Amino acid sequence: MTYDLPTKEGYFGNFGGKFVPEILIPVLEELEEAYNEAWQDDEFQAEYRHLLNEYVGRPTKLTYTNRLTDHYGKAKIYLKREDLCHTGAHKINNAIGQILLARRMGKDRIIAETGAGQHGVATATACAKFGVDCIVYMGAEDMERQKLNVERMRLLGTEVRSVTSGSQTLKDATNEAIRDWVTNVEDTFYIIGSVVGPHPYPKMVRNFHKVIGDEIRDQLKEAEGREVPDHLLACVGGGSNAIGAFYPFIEDEEVKMYGLEAAGLGADTDETAATLTIGTPGVLHGSMSYLLHDADGQIQLAHSISAGLDYPGIGPEHSYLHETKRVQYHSITDEQAMEGVKLLSETEGIIPALETAHAIAYLDELMPNTEKDEIVVLNCSGRGDKDMTTISNNL
Amino acid sequence: MITTENRVTQLFEQHDDSSKIMSLFLTAGYPDLQACVDLILGFDENGVDMVELGMPFSDPLADGPTIQYSSNVAIEQGITMKKILDIVEQVRKQSEIPIILMGYINPVLRYGAEDFCRDAAEAGVDGLIIPDIPIEESGILTEEAQRYQLPIIYLVAPNTSDERMQKIDQQSQGFVYCVSVTGVTGAREGDEVAQSVQRFIDRVKANITNNPKMVGFGIKSHEDAQRIAADMDGFIVGSALIDTIREHYPEEGWKEQVFAFVRSLKYGTE
Repeated sequence: MTYDLPTKEGYFGNFGGKFVPEILIPVLEELEEAYNEAWQDDEFQAEYRHLLNEYVGRPTKLTYTNRLTDHYGKAKIYLKREDLCHTGAHKINNAIGQILLARRMGKDRIIAETGAGQHGVATATACAKFGVDCIVYMGAEDMERQKLNVERMRLLGTEVRSVTSGSQTLKDATNEAIRDWVTNVEDTFYIIGSVVGPHPYPKMVRNFHKVIGDEIRDQLKEAEGREVPDHLLACVGGGSNAIGAFYPFIEDEEVKMYGLEAAGLGADTDETAATLTIGTPGVLHGSMSYLLHDADGQIQLAHSISAGLDYPGIGPEHSYLHETKRVQYHSITDEQAMEGVKLLSETEGIIPALETAHAIAYLDELMPNTEKDEIVVLNCSGRGDKDMTTISNNL
Repeated sequence: MITTENRVTQLFEQHDDSSKIMSLFLTAGYPDLQACVDLILGFDENGVDMVELGMPFSDPLADGPTIQYSSNVAIEQGITMKKILDIVEQVRKQSEIPIILMGYINPVLRYGAEDFCRDAAEAGVDGLIIPDIPIEESGILTEEAQRYQLPIIYLVAPNTSDERMQKIDQQSQGFVYCVSVTGVTGAREGDEVAQSVQRFIDRVKANITNNPKMVGFGIKSHEDAQRIAADMDGFIVGSALIDTIREHYPEEGWKEQVFAFVRSLKYGTE
């Protein structure tokens, strides 16, 4: 099976596309051309790789978890340590890639949206490193929930703009960033933080994160003498860390892949972010994908204990991988995620982000069905320092 | 092809050059359901040539604060696609003013593209403007709209290339909506509009040759409209209208205040 998506129109099966106002079409065309050129350019690749190594701290380790493995007494469990990236999560891979592209295109004003603040911090960091002006849109409610990240961004010299429209969370911050973008198309580059948005963003962001899966392949070969795991797990909000880990293995059909989305209080309640579990296809923020929306097509508010998974949509490629059943998607409740935080902290001395904890929690389900000679790789997408207030309030 | 019985087609065919065609954008269900019907009927009597009825969406990412506000009010009051079509039906009992539905694609798809086009046509809708459907994505609605004789009107923007304008002109039906400035909907500083707009208008004249041309975004007075639409078939006002409604509703005589504003837009200060 060869996997060569998206199409040149930006489609993964029925999902993706460019559902944007006319003003953005020339901008997306310009971006796509610049991206395709840069991605093929050895000099661009060299600079991107150099920054990933020297600044982000790549390759991140593939850590064998002896005590977590013993806890289940089944397959060997490895963690891909994206929590060890500079700024504490995988998001910086993409922020670095996109800022290099922005510079190449001569755009000297950067905007971004953020929910939990991790993408905002990653973008603010990259902008500080390159001395570029940066504006981050963040929902007023999220600013309250994630004060520490707001302070981090400000210290990095970024202007954090509070978004008070709509639900005052990630989707509204995204709306506001797009409004800024359509107003300032000439000089502004919009660094989208996940594999969402109009084509070419889902492809571009995926490719800036595929280093995660590529490294897993190399490191597993070193550690185990084999290139592919039997099971590969990652949490999914928009889905950037998951696609970064999954994409290099899509053609390896023996690799079973699991995307864990946030059920919030339960996928059968109104307080959920389980887009693939209970959503239906629709258009939000420029692409066709699964969505949480009501019978009139109004977007619903998502809920999760993890601000990074609290989004009513999902990347179009995940919708495709879901419909083709290449990846299994399951949902994990807030309560299960908290158990995941405790488990990894106590067995391995690694406090994971609440997002990552959704993948850890799924081990309870998965591990009893594995064999001792199998290998499980879990993408440890971020560290939990940012979540300590929420974690201690829920322990 | 759209038949000549379409009210939008007729409007442009029958219009003489003595004045510019004026189209007003009003959010469906704003300021309330009945008031919305009353306003449209009143527009017909106060010089308005066409109405763009906005279908509210929870995430109006191409709209400025004014239309975000009116959309929220309508959604909070329980507007649905069904109620939007009811508004059109009610207006149709008393008026033949051309009505175009304008809004984002998600609520349309959720209703069902086929069902939506059929029900809209039956209610008396004369066309569709879906700003987040560029020509690349038109396949999602074209066949259905064609089947029920609903023209789809496409937009051009200041950064649309000459070649692309010609393509859009080929595909657009009824007219072409010319967005005069980059950015979201809403009022702008007068100078900003004046300075950037002429080059765009010249390119529109050269490249849009099949369709009538309507210009919009940022027009808030008769003077704005006359200047910007001088070489166009007409102009569109949205946010400035909604700001006026917001200023006066629901005080006594608010509708008269709104209609006075509407007449001043069309004819200048009396």
